[in-house]
Amino acid sequence: MPSTTSAQAGSLLLMSREDNCLIARLDLKAGDTVVIDDRTVILPGDVRLGHKVARRDLAPGDKIVRYGAIIGTATSRIAAGAHIHTHNLESDYIPTYTLEQDGHHFIGSKAP
Amino acid sequence: MTTIATLADVALTGFPRADGRKGIRNVVVVAYLVECAHHVARLIAGAFPGQPVHLIGFPGCYPNEYADTIMRRVLTHPNVGAALLVSLGCESFDKNGVAKAVADSGRPVHTVTIQDVGGTRAGVKGGVEWVQWAVEDLARQERVPMRPDELVVATICGGSDSTSGITANPAVGAAFDRLIAAGSACIFEETGELVGCEFHMKRRAVTPELGDEIVRTVEKASRYYTIMGHGSFAPGNADGGLTTLEEKSLGAYAKSGASPISGILKPGDLPPTGGLYLLDVVPDGEPRFGFPNIADNAEIVELIACGAHVTLFTTGRGSVVGSAISPVIKVCANPATYERLADDMDVNAGRILTGHAGIEDVGTEIVDLIARVANGACTKSEDLGHQEFILTYKQFEPIGPGCLPLKAA
Repeated sequence: MPSTTSAQAGSLLLMSREDNCLIARLDLKAGDTVVIDDRTVILPGDVRLGHKVARRDLAPGDKIVRYGAIIGTATSRIAAGAHIHTHNLESDYIPTYTLEQDGHHFIGSKAP
Repeated sequence: MTTIATLADVALTGFPRADGRKGIRNVVVVAYLVECAHHVARLIAGAFPGQPVHLIGFPGCYPNEYADTIMRRVLTHPNVGAALLVSLGCESFDKNGVAKAVADSGRPVHTVTIQDVGGTRAGVKGGVEWVQWAVEDLARQERVPMRPDELVVATICGGSDSTSGITANPAVGAAFDRLIAAGSACIFEETGELVGCEFHMKRRAVTPELGDEIVRTVEKASRYYTIMGHGSFAPGNADGGLTTLEEKSLGAYAKSGASPISGILKPGDLPPTGGLYLLDVVPDGEPRFGFPNIADNAEIVELIACGAHVTLFTTGRGSVVGSAISPVIKVCANPATYERLADDMDVNAGRILTGHAGIEDVGTEIVDLIARVANGACTKSEDLGHQEFILTYKQFEPIGPGCLPLKAA
């Protein structure tokens, strides 16, 4: 059941002032209310501990910034509060290898 | 908080070696020199449960200069007191050269050649008799005082997730800064996991030439991994919230702390002074023998070959490994992982994420634990009997002229 009391400032962690993503400090559920820069946002999906959410609306081609440094490029539109991961962010260096239920995949346009 | 004083205040002790270094363990190593001798070596080491007898080895039959160097460095590591070499007899490994290097280091060494002594049973019998003698001989050695500047501490991350870069890695960085202030040498590594951090590292180099070498080293790693078609990134990293290699890199980089970078080492190079060193683990030349390091323990072996007495292993997903020869301290980044794997974890850095401790507090805890482990306290992985070891084929050229600016001319 979505939590309505988790809007505490502490559920998302900002690593660096210039970042456009935030880190979940605990497992969050779709429907949970979080506060992002004084705005109340209802999470559209689950976000597990350590995973990233968008701090603001992002467009394809936007650089994602964590620790004040670029960690890759957005591949689709990402709304504030949405989960940022391999489905909408790719490396500017080397494709990311993942293991899914149906086998293994390389994520990213540079994949072989 | 005065942890520099803590390390200086704790009376460190170690076993003195002929080369002037001191060991924090007194291990008898049983080393097979080809996979064909592995079983005999395992039976020999297995006859000494609960005793400081560690099994290591090299599987290949073809010669390799890198493997030869690492084997010599590891067998003459200060934590090693004696070595038994187990040879099939027809392999290429330079067993006589290695035996001479160990003997020249003042350590007892013996070689069992299975084909010469009459096979498996005779090989095991002779090996067990010699190790029994060596264990009793080493048990008579006593510890002597050891200074912080005689200590070498390494760090590695494995099974990283998104919490690694928030909790455990910065805490190790804080510990590194204190150890370095006390005179210790600290080594961080995996240039393939520092892709994207090269220009920041360059600014921390003690000379401009070293800064340029750091950038070249990371460019080499990036090129190598690109040719391999695979970054240093495992499915568990993605499951744990890390999306890209550069995101993993930035989190991993936090392990290095804030001290100036004093030099670059390659596997088997010893840090010439205290301070912070970057270990270049990516082979030179065209990719030849496969991935730079096939698993975390291959990197731990290279850190040990550089003289590391103890390795700080940060993990978010929860690696359980230890190592032969040098103790591994497991620093767990993720509070949920710590709850599941507490038996395997030495430090709960996840307390930083839950707001129960600061980065500096956990850094203090790590430095204090290093001092206790140096004096003989068992780490979790030692207590559980973990003695992983991997040595494979690689190719390196000597480090460039700008890599160790602090080395006495």
